[in-house]
Amino acid sequence: MKMTNRVTKLRDQSRNAIPTLSSERAELLTEFYRENQSSRNAVPSRNRVPGTSAPMRRALAFQYLMEHKTIVINEGELIVGEKGPAPKAAPTYPELCTHTLDDLDILDGREKVPFKVSEDVRQIYAETIIPFWQGKTMREAIFEQMTPAWKDAYAAGVFTEFMEQRSPGHTVLDDKIYHKGMLDFKADIQRSLDALDDLNDPESLAKQEELKAMAITADALIRFAERHAEHVQALLQAGATDQRRPELERIVQVCAHVPAHPPRDYWEALQYYWFIHLGVTTELNPWDAFCPGHLDQHLLPFYEGGLADGTLTPERAEELLQCLWVKFDNQPAPPKVGVTAQESSTYTDFVQINIGGVKADGTDAVNPLSYMMLDVIETMHQVQPNPSVQLSEKTPEPFAKRVAEVIRGGMGKPDIFNSELVVAEMLRVGKSVVDARQGGTSGCVETGAFGKESYILTGYFNMPKVLEITLHDGTDPRTGKQIGPQTGDPRKFESFEELFAAYEQQLNYFIDLKIHGNSIIERLYAEYLPVPFLSLLIDDCVAKGMDYHAGGARYDSSYIQGVGLGTMADALTALKVHIFQEGTLSMGEVLTALGDDFANQERLRHLLLSRTPKYGNDNDAADEVMVKVFEAYFDAIDGRPNTRGGAYRVNLLPTTCHIYFGLVIGATPDGRRAWTPLSEGISPVQGADRHGPTAVLRSVAKMDQVRTGGTLLNQKFTPQVLEGEASLDKFVKLIRAYFRLGGHHIQFNVVDSATLRAAQANPEQYRDLIVRVAGYSDYFCDLSEALQEEIISRTGHEM
Amino acid sequence: MPLIFDIKRFSIHDGPGIRTTVFLKGCPLVCMWCHNPESQSSALELIFRPDRCIGCGACVEVCPGEAITMEEWRSITNWERCTHCGDCVDVCYTGARELAGREMTVGEVLEIVERDRPFYEESGGGVTFSGGEPLSQPDFLEEALEACQKVGLHTALDTSGHALWEVVDRICPYVDLFLYDVKFIDDALHKKCTGVSNELLLDNLRRLAELGHSIVVRVPIIPGVNDAPADVQALGRYVTNLPGVTRIDVLPYHEIATEKYRRLGREYALQNQLTPSDNVMQNIACMLREFGLEVRVGG
Repeated sequence: MKMTNRVTKLRDQSRNAIPTLSSERAELLTEFYRENQSSRNAVPSRNRVPGTSAPMRRALAFQYLMEHKTIVINEGELIVGEKGPAPKAAPTYPELCTHTLDDLDILDGREKVPFKVSEDVRQIYAETIIPFWQGKTMREAIFEQMTPAWKDAYAAGVFTEFMEQRSPGHTVLDDKIYHKGMLDFKADIQRSLDALDDLNDPESLAKQEELKAMAITADALIRFAERHAEHVQALLQAGATDQRRPELERIVQVCAHVPAHPPRDYWEALQYYWFIHLGVTTELNPWDAFCPGHLDQHLLPFYEGGLADGTLTPERAEELLQCLWVKFDNQPAPPKVGVTAQESSTYTDFVQINIGGVKADGTDAVNPLSYMMLDVIETMHQVQPNPSVQLSEKTPEPFAKRVAEVIRGGMGKPDIFNSELVVAEMLRVGKSVVDARQGGTSGCVETGAFGKESYILTGYFNMPKVLEITLHDGTDPRTGKQIGPQTGDPRKFESFEELFAAYEQQLNYFIDLKIHGNSIIERLYAEYLPVPFLSLLIDDCVAKGMDYHAGGARYDSSYIQGVGLGTMADALTALKVHIFQEGTLSMGEVLTALGDDFANQERLRHLLLSRTPKYGNDNDAADEVMVKVFEAYFDAIDGRPNTRGGAYRVNLLPTTCHIYFGLVIGATPDGRRAWTPLSEGISPVQGADRHGPTAVLRSVAKMDQVRTGGTLLNQKFTPQVLEGEASLDKFVKLIRAYFRLGGHHIQFNVVDSATLRAAQANPEQYRDLIVRVAGYSDYFCDLSEALQEEIISRTGHEM
Repeated sequence: MPLIFDIKRFSIHDGPGIRTTVFLKGCPLVCMWCHNPESQSSALELIFRPDRCIGCGACVEVCPGEAITMEEWRSITNWERCTHCGDCVDVCYTGARELAGREMTVGEVLEIVERDRPFYEESGGGVTFSGGEPLSQPDFLEEALEACQKVGLHTALDTSGHALWEVVDRICPYVDLFLYDVKFIDDALHKKCTGVSNELLLDNLRRLAELGHSIVVRVPIIPGVNDAPADVQALGRYVTNLPGVTRIDVLPYHEIATEKYRRLGREYALQNQLTPSDNVMQNIACMLREFGLEVRVGG
């Protein structure tokens, strides 16, 4: 179905809205904390007084925000509510990290992905926000508590830290809101309160505070909806057109009913989710915002009910979905602070919507809404949300082909996940089969149990940097600083095994540093920035009386995302083959050439590039090294305890970090030049795969992906390859075969380099060109030049 | 041992499903439009890609025939002196110099072909032998096809059919599907454009059809050469009279080969020839459908 006029207008409004930085949330929060002076400090509180426990303080702050933030009703919309005071007006979270005036200037002035900052906002920041929050933010608390060794590694670019300006998130909702209103949640809370045993449970006071805080947030969300109803009433009284009047009247009814009560129909179900989304992303700024999960499954009973009783048509259902789609696009990712304000280059907030897959009983979940969502993806042509398809062995072929057809359309959406493997990954780590089937993926590719798990990403980890440090006996050659243990002069290594053992020692050292830092940070969040509203939504926080940040969730995983697998495989293979097997080169020669970035060493560089087995060609020599690198990474991380009663897991995805990580590494033994991007995800080094997609898939499937919590594989096809029905069919089979081999995820760019070059030259004409970056799509013209070049350099499979 | 000049995985236009295509070197035909010029000779051949040359001069030092000189940071090959010995290839790290053709045993070929089995099984694919003209290497071909069938792989043979019937007869039990190239029905034109008469290959085609083999006829459409209605109709008439042959694929000519000829130090006869438009291809398809044939454009 095409867009209706209404939706076209809403989508254009969204697309044309200039992203701005809004100070509203920061002002309200500052007001709240100022009025409650005794509990002024959001973070390391020195003035804590009885009755203002951290969860209570956060709940009251949330209530204050929901009571006072601007209510927005856009012309013609059916689903209402914005995170900021206007579409694309991005709120800030000063309790976590406060933008400096420099940050605001950078955000306002940068060429790509700017956020306009008005003179008023700048002044408010200068006079109110910055003076109030400086010295009290979570970000400052985090950096104050990190050790010098952690800071050295962080500064060298060995790892990044995810929680220094966004809160732990990557969380997805299950179906609970579709049969429970906030009043039902409050009843659950009361049951938990009644069950507290303060004589025998030393934690009962803390649990009581947490539960009371949750109840306040439930009321706050109901109030937020009521305020929308009141606002629309006022609009009605002021006069509305005959066409708009019944819609506004309906919105009043909807907002009076949800979220207090369970939704009665399709419209209310969508609106309910949207209020929840706004609640979670107003309380704090969790990574990936918040996600509705298996929306096609959740909405089906309402859709079928509406069709049966004649209150809904498929056209209306699709229009309402489109209205929700616009809502996601209206919310750019929170503007960053610090260096990342300059570097972070996407408006995408990584909201994934899961389509297809299997139901709780293991049967195929594809339904008419799954198809409808594919239509919406095509019609709306938006970068947000980020829909994905779970492809199961049970997924019917016509649906799989329809998915392929949408991908062929060229905007890299949707990406595809292997249902069976995603479930197996969860079973491996002890989740129940039903929780696993109802779970799926979020963010880029991360696996989790929806509505029941806190599975937080803690930072990217730069494997090739660790190799570089190993090759310099623990020193970072970029700074000359000793930041790792001394593992020996590599020139004296006599075997590849000796080299690899040194690498493993460095790896373990830096992973230990990272985990030690994470433990502190997780506790800081648990102590000072609990999230009672989010906790309400994730089992079993209410039952346990524990916060999401403190281990309340049924499952608690922490991920460290490995980056640069392909670069590692090729670099180590080159050293193994040329130094230790064939003796064509000495370690000294290689190190000198790397130090000089191959200046006057073109032949040596080409020896490394062209006369060395490369990962991604189904070449066992190179692929074995890849597996070895993976196993070492896995062994260093998997199963180690986190502070929330759960464990660490690995996944391999880069988002855009392979560009940043490349910038801190000199030349590498795979022939890569200094400061250029690393390989991304589990994909081979850009351009190194020369034997077509089946060879790539065979190579990457040699990794035992079931032991990860997600891997990311990018493939690029020229459009000609997928022309025609027969090709489309073969494309589907290619994906199905990869999944049979144990692949977790695959995504495609179907675009030729000529188009991308043309877009670089004439961005105005290609503003709507959407490409796949990592686990998300973005406007090509919004990407940094380095990232644009990286995407162009990926191997394009041709005929 | 025959020379293999390429093994292409994820081959999706050479038969059903996802396939691996094994290209054998050497062909008795010399088609004007041949887009695999490196497939024609049955001997090893040097390929030179000037864009990859970094002018390091290593090739000049090792060339035993002094056939390489340096010119403006790039090596130049004197093709008359070049004996295709491959010494320069061994020292060329950038891949600017490569040898087309590699001796491989059936076992080595099978090892590569087997790697994509999951993809064949999922898609109903298999292995395709192409060339060159694979029938020019009957011993190897027979052994290879038999070995593939024995391990349960679907086999296709992409052939011009230009071989003695005894050869075709020997091979055909191991072929599940023939992709049979027919360029012209008119023999004079055939001789002019491919260097050989089509009598033998049309005869073989008829006999295979009579024996009940699965055959898809494939026709490259070269504008101004074989796209005239009379040529197309002659073809349709011929194919429709073959027993059991119901499908014909028309393949638009693509001007992709000029650079390949240059790399071999040769000139391309069909330079600047245009690719037929979609419209032209559809018209041809329509004409052929009138003969009751199933026609696919692009195969």
